[in-house]
Amino acid sequence: MDKVVLDKFDSALLKAVADLDNMPTGAFSLRRNGQPVKVNITPNINIIPKKDKPGIDIYVRADTKGETVHIPVVITESGINDVVYNDFYIGKNADVIINAGCGIHNDGCNDTHHNGIHRFFLDEGSKVLYVEKHYGEGDGSGKRVLDPVTEVHMGKNSSCEMRTTQIKGVDSTIRTTNAVIGDGASLVITEKIMTHGDQLAETNFKVDLDGFDSKVQVTSRSIATENSTQKFVSNVNGNNQCFGHVECDAIIKDHGKVISIPEITANCVDANLIHEAAIGKIAGEQIIKLMTIGLTESEAESEIINGFLK
Amino acid sequence: MLELKNVNFSADGKHILKDISFKLGAGKFIAITGPNGSGKSTLAKVIMGIEKPESGQIFFNGEDVTNYTIDQRARMGISFGFQQPVRFKGITVHDLLNLSAKEKLSSKDACNILATVGLCANSYLDREVNASLSGGELKRIEIASVITRGTALTIFDEPEAGIDLWSFNNLIRVFNEMREKLAGSIIVISHQERILNIADEIVLLSEGRIAKIVPHGEPLESFIPVQDVRTCCKL
Repeated sequence: MDKVVLDKFDSALLKAVADLDNMPTGAFSLRRNGQPVKVNITPNINIIPKKDKPGIDIYVRADTKGETVHIPVVITESGINDVVYNDFYIGKNADVIINAGCGIHNDGCNDTHHNGIHRFFLDEGSKVLYVEKHYGEGDGSGKRVLDPVTEVHMGKNSSCEMRTTQIKGVDSTIRTTNAVIGDGASLVITEKIMTHGDQLAETNFKVDLDGFDSKVQVTSRSIATENSTQKFVSNVNGNNQCFGHVECDAIIKDHGKVISIPEITANCVDANLIHEAAIGKIAGEQIIKLMTIGLTESEAESEIINGFLK
Repeated sequence: MLELKNVNFSADGKHILKDISFKLGAGKFIAITGPNGSGKSTLAKVIMGIEKPESGQIFFNGEDVTNYTIDQRARMGISFGFQQPVRFKGITVHDLLNLSAKEKLSSKDACNILATVGLCANSYLDREVNASLSGGELKRIEIASVITRGTALTIFDEPEAGIDLWSFNNLIRVFNEMREKLAGSIIVISHQERILNIADEIVLLSEGRIAKIVPHGEPLESFIPVQDVRTCCKL
């Protein structure tokens, strides 16, 4: 498992999902075609393969600062159905970045699935930035399917920011995120999704604001083009003095369809919950403004979309 | 450099611009004023190509641009400052200035541009041009995005609206600098006396027609009558 040779598809996918030109330094675990192929640990971050099912347990020592954990997944064999269970244990007052992502190259006629089941356990005062990109490519008729499930358990005064991006090539995704937020803890989720063709993308968020002064901010920016469909479901429960803000902004083009289903429940009189949703095509005035500074209509549209998903 | 010949424009069955003709020379500053609903903003939009006239012609630097698109006119050297600035989710102030300049501006260059409109770059460059900015901030950024282009002709639609915290002196200084450094022509839609006072000519629109073209220096009271609106009610 020590010597890893990446082919051109592996390298392209690694670049797309993790912005990596080579194997990363520091703690990492690379998974390819349903198998772990390379693991590296540091004095502060230990990665242990699970014994009962596919996946790893990642332990970040208390007070670890400034380290990054890379856990990219690449799949280049058509027809693979990969389910992986990764648990992250973040020690007290640690501050780390977790760089995840999955890239699928499918040139075959069989569907390729990858389901990352991630659980995060944040100890008191810890801080995590989780960055995840999903990407698909390939000329085969087989679909590229990603159905991630994420659980977040946040201890007192911990904070977690999750940035998830799906820009291209994923035929179907159902993303499920469940979070339980403790006293003074703060969760920020920003998801960006662009779908085209006949793609389907569904995201479901369920957040329990259990802690006193707990906070959640969920921002979804999505663009549905051609015949694609997106569904955004958010369910935030304010069970204490807390603040929750859910914002869904979607641009639709062609025959794209977006459904936004908000649910906010205040179970405590001191809960402050907001849901905002806006769906529509690109505003004509935005295109006109950019045309007045010299961009063509298509350049203007491209800039607006790139900015929206930046 | 700009000439309108017999321009007419209608919308929703209403004749908004009626047989508009005028010329603007290079390096000249004209102010277009008139009552609400007289067609001032529509005239500005027709020059930029945002609205299409039903008849008449528009010439820019001798070329008939009547059927040119907005971006074609922009690339020929016409800029437009909107009365109501447009908001963008995700596009930052720096992005917008880069797009206007057609190059990636250094922070220092972007800072100099924002300073021109009285904004500190450190506080604004990375902010999105969205509703988190106040109306006055958005207006100044809109003006900055226009002056960045440095084009031969710049049209401002009520630039003073919403910049109450920013003094008119600065706005007038911007106009003067544009004329001096770029030898550019400026058309300003405005009601503000201080802006009208610095114009080479004032075009007075009334009910879609040019009622009068007044040279610099003529007292405003002589051609903008004060009307008691109560007379309209015939009470």
